[in-house]
Amino acid sequence: MRKPLRPADVLTYLLLAAGAVVMLLPFAWMISTSLKSGEAIFVAPPQLIPARPTFDNYSRIFDGIPMGTFLVNSVLVSVISTTLMVLNCAMAGYAFARIAFPGRQVIFYAYLATLMIPQQVTLVPLFALMTWLGWGNTYQALILPASFGAFGTFLLRQFFMNLPREVEEAAFIDGAGHVRIFFSIGLQLARPALATLAVFAFMASWNSFLWPLIITSSQSMMTLPVGLSFLNGRYATDWNVLMAGAVIGTLPILAVYVFAQRFIIQGLATTGLK
Amino acid sequence: MHTLEGRRKALAIAVLLGPSLVGMSVFYIFPVISSLAFSFTKWDLLSPIRWVGIANYVNAVSDPAVQQALRNTVLFILGYLPSVVVLGLGLALLLNRVRKGRAFFRAVYFVPVVTSWVAVSLIWKWLLNPQYGLINYGLSLLGIAGPGWLFDPNWAMPGVILTTVWKDIGFVAVIYLAGLQDIPENIREAAALDGAGPWQVFRFVTVPLLAPTTFFVTTISLISSFQVFDQVFVMTGGGPVGATTTMVQLIYKNAFSYSAMGYASAISWILFALIFSVTVIQNLIQKRWTRYDA
Repeated sequence: MRKPLRPADVLTYLLLAAGAVVMLLPFAWMISTSLKSGEAIFVAPPQLIPARPTFDNYSRIFDGIPMGTFLVNSVLVSVISTTLMVLNCAMAGYAFARIAFPGRQVIFYAYLATLMIPQQVTLVPLFALMTWLGWGNTYQALILPASFGAFGTFLLRQFFMNLPREVEEAAFIDGAGHVRIFFSIGLQLARPALATLAVFAFMASWNSFLWPLIITSSQSMMTLPVGLSFLNGRYATDWNVLMAGAVIGTLPILAVYVFAQRFIIQGLATTGLK
Repeated sequence: MHTLEGRRKALAIAVLLGPSLVGMSVFYIFPVISSLAFSFTKWDLLSPIRWVGIANYVNAVSDPAVQQALRNTVLFILGYLPSVVVLGLGLALLLNRVRKGRAFFRAVYFVPVVTSWVAVSLIWKWLLNPQYGLINYGLSLLGIAGPGWLFDPNWAMPGVILTTVWKDIGFVAVIYLAGLQDIPENIREAAALDGAGPWQVFRFVTVPLLAPTTFFVTTISLISSFQVFDQVFVMTGGGPVGATTTMVQLIYKNAFSYSAMGYASAISWILFALIFSVTVIQNLIQKRWTRYDA
């Protein structure tokens, strides 16, 4: 038997639906504008469905601006830095949780202390370091600072500390060392925690703006957010072109999101960090 | 220990912890320490570093640009924080009421959270366009003449706040939803049986039990409020006439437009001090207000 809808429930759904429109209309408007000609965007009243849709804005972008390069750079930087981040944090987290050594507490507290320092504090020294190394405008400068983090190390350390030791004990008695046990058993068991960290690290890297803005100086190295910002400077009032750029910039992450949304929401909510 | 066992352990530590230790030292710990050192110097990356003592901090305190950025940050917090917390909680309560479609709505409200700030800023810059933007068109339908938004010094900050609330509300709601689901249903039912109306249940049961979530949400929202950069950089560039300039923008401008590396570092440590004090105060209040014994 289905319960009949009460008026309060109807109101709840109406409010949720109205809110959903507020969330999605800006995206619909972005797509709509990107398909309009220069005159059509200034027509009053505004048309949500363009009368004469055109792909001109997209070809203008791809002709004038290496949008494909931005996309490849973003994918490359995010995927590599996420992989390195997950691996580094898992190894370090395992070491902190499972191997007793002198100075362990002190090092761990030094890691935790970096969590309190806002990223902006390290901008100048990091830029100076990269310049000194001759790494300005390179992939390694984009990737490496995003490949280490105290937060992920802390997350994985907690995970391994809460993990019962029995499985590893058996391997220990068989003569396996910490390194072998980590790679053969620890990594397997930690898969849920690794996935959470991967989601978090990927989103952070994909959307990262300030550091790539500072460290890239040529279009060939720009990531999508920096490229979009560059577009913003170049086509300041060509709203149809800008919106086409925004569509190209949002589609890849939205596609990933549609397939993995439950997972992404849980990952970001449990890590509790933006 | 020079036993075989000891050597194996040292090797394991080197392999497992080594990469992380090197990375964290080079990209976090060392830069933090040098940043503090830089903040007492005058340096443009090219000429030799000159030690200037606390001059950068003294200058920063009396710098009108810093004072303006701080005023802007306070304005931003006053507008953003209450809105995002109240609307996020409201949304979570609505989501918590429905079974069917909850996952769908939650996913929809979360779309702006996963979208990059630069893309969102471009979209909202267009929506807020005074002449052709959708927002002012909507207002005109209600008979209201919309403001100049990002072109008007009085309305630029509200425009930035509106955009930020829109982007973050789904995140806050998801955190609150998790908090709501931790509240046992029978506590609310018991209160209702004792004759409490829906408002009283909300006011005297739900809100107090959500206090830890509220403190968590306000803390991370406060921290991110001090670090606003992306949206302002794209939407207004800090203008008009500095109406939306933020601390991080001053760091960026001083370091990478004026090559004032020492001064930029000093401002970044003032930013740290602000975030740190706000977090400490938040924690003290939390200790006083959240009582688990009853």
